[in-house]
Amino acid sequence: MNQSLRNANNKKASTMQSNNTQNMSDKATPWLFMAPAMIFFAVYVLYPIIQSILMSFYQWDGIGEKVFIGFQNYVDLYYDPQFWTSLTNNFLWLIFYMLAVPFGLGIALFLNQQVLGIRAVKSLFFFPFVISQVIVGIVFAWFYDPGYGLLQDILALFGLGPMPVLADETLVTYGIIAAGLWPQVAYTMILFLTGLNNLNPEQIEAAKMDGAKGWTMLWNVILPQLRPATFIAIVVTVIGALRSFDLVASMTAGGPYGSSSVLAFFMYEQAIFNYRMGYGAAIATVLFLIMLIYIAFFLWRMLKDERG
Amino acid sequence: MTLKKLLTAGALTAAMATQSFAGTLVINSNQSDPAPKKAWAEMIAQFEAENPDITVKVNEYDHEGYKSAIRNWLVTSPPDIVYWFAGNRMKYFVDRGLFDDVSDVWESEGLSDSMSSTKASMTVDGKQYGVPYSYYQWGIYYNKNLFDEYGLSEPKTWDEFLAVCETLKSNGVTPITIGTKYLWTAAGWFDYLNMRTNGLKYHINLMDGKIPYTDAGVRKTFANWRQLIDGGYFLENHASYSWQEAQPPMFNGEAAMYLMGNFLTPNFPDNIEFDFFQFPVIDPSVGMFEDAPTDTVHIPARAKNKTDARRFLAFISSPENQTKVNQVLNQLPPNKNAKSADNKFLNQGNVMLGAADGTAQFYDRDTDPAMASEGMKGFQEFMVNPDRLDKILENLERVRQRVFR
Repeated sequence: MNQSLRNANNKKASTMQSNNTQNMSDKATPWLFMAPAMIFFAVYVLYPIIQSILMSFYQWDGIGEKVFIGFQNYVDLYYDPQFWTSLTNNFLWLIFYMLAVPFGLGIALFLNQQVLGIRAVKSLFFFPFVISQVIVGIVFAWFYDPGYGLLQDILALFGLGPMPVLADETLVTYGIIAAGLWPQVAYTMILFLTGLNNLNPEQIEAAKMDGAKGWTMLWNVILPQLRPATFIAIVVTVIGALRSFDLVASMTAGGPYGSSSVLAFFMYEQAIFNYRMGYGAAIATVLFLIMLIYIAFFLWRMLKDERG
Repeated sequence: MTLKKLLTAGALTAAMATQSFAGTLVINSNQSDPAPKKAWAEMIAQFEAENPDITVKVNEYDHEGYKSAIRNWLVTSPPDIVYWFAGNRMKYFVDRGLFDDVSDVWESEGLSDSMSSTKASMTVDGKQYGVPYSYYQWGIYYNKNLFDEYGLSEPKTWDEFLAVCETLKSNGVTPITIGTKYLWTAAGWFDYLNMRTNGLKYHINLMDGKIPYTDAGVRKTFANWRQLIDGGYFLENHASYSWQEAQPPMFNGEAAMYLMGNFLTPNFPDNIEFDFFQFPVIDPSVGMFEDAPTDTVHIPARAKNKTDARRFLAFISSPENQTKVNQVLNQLPPNKNAKSADNKFLNQGNVMLGAADGTAQFYDRDTDPAMASEGMKGFQEFMVNPDRLDKILENLERVRQRVFR
């Protein structure tokens, strides 16, 4: 074979090959780039979810034999008053924790002024968000203490006797949510402050010319522009409400007699202290299903927005 | 010459090998509070001095974290010695084959005789699975100044006890202090009321899940308890306080009595006199049974250095060493040839437990953990809302049936 022919052949082959590889790599490249994320997602998210759901069908104390018991854990859950208390408290958390969104917005609007020293004031409002949840819990537990707590001094001003908030089954959950709101309001406030910085000045200018002010301005011009910030604020607040664990653990440990427990704490208590891994997994599965409703809504919203 | 060299080299390597092989004793400890920590640091230093071929390595855990951590390393890579508790807590691991049978140590050290009082709580199916190093009494500690002020004496019977409570109450003193935030303090009351009402055999059967919580005997116990609650004898808002937070009322004269373990006594302030009495008789036909929680050491079944671990168990069971460690712990030595520290609380405890008709460990050590946590929640709820007794007992019965099925 002479040189030129070989070259031609080579060239032909390489064009064919490059067509092929191009097709192949067109398909493979995105997968290749996604592979690390997908592997991590599978190992650290999907696998534990499946493992946890499977475990919920077993009775297991963590060290002995696993015994398959079908849906018995779920039947036990249904008849366990502690489960219903925790579930109710979870919904209370979801509802009242949402107060963080309007409160955060209010404070953000108040702080969004050009006054001397406003930065210092803002940073003071950030403060509760910076400290750890456990510290917040301890501080509020002292605040509520029926013996020496500040709350009792405040109540005494109005002639009211000591109120043991954290030992009263009707008040305790609200007491803990109030403690949780303190840092959460600061969090949503930060989100709204960032949103307020990115307002379109031209729109506001135009609205002013058209005579909008006060509530009209806020409702029709400012708030629509804050929609992304509001959305994120609601998302983080829902997540915060569902994983409300540290405050419950540090302030009451679910007490008195389990009346302030939430699903996350209930799960921890059953699995770690009562050595019922399967039962804990069943609680986790229920919590997962509740979150799934919310995740589905979130995805639906996102897809709708992407399609415009 | 070469032979000599070879021999010395061989001997050296052999010595080094044994040293690194048998020389390290790993101890996992939950003795992290100041007094126990000090006591054990001294004991371990002495053990190392007496056994120069052994190096001890101690891993310390906080008391609560230890309870869940031990389950992890007992099945994976256990140390050579673990601290734990006698009775049902120990049996749990024995049933799962995680503790080593140490009957040989009991045999060689003659412990069946010198530790006869705690032997039953260390025995499963005729074999011993650990060595106790300390135990302590429970009972009612009281502010003696208040008792003197109102001309009260230590009550021996339930009626006398109720009369004492009533006198204190009518003088504006809270008769009984308690902090039930962490639940177990309420279990102390349940243990004593149940043992005094129904006796130890009934109590242990209840702990083992053989008697329903809705049984008439249990109801009788709660009826006695209710007398104290209806009288308003317990500290108000007790569900807000830990056991430590319930101490100040007793120390500053607002409350008089505290049902507690002997670990309360180091906290007593010096300016007031405190004393101790045995939990009063409720039913004279029932024997005097006591709670006496026993702390123990065990060898995990998968320990690497069981030989040296046995030497440590023997060391810790000797009368001299039990005397020493309990002096610092301010508790009682289980070895009858050892001497306890000479203070009035331990002396009374020693006499009381010596004469006891039988002992239990404590509610959350005697019954299954899942049962214990629900049970203690029930006791707390009962102390706050005694009217809910039926609902509470039904729930506990449901838990019992599930836990012991």
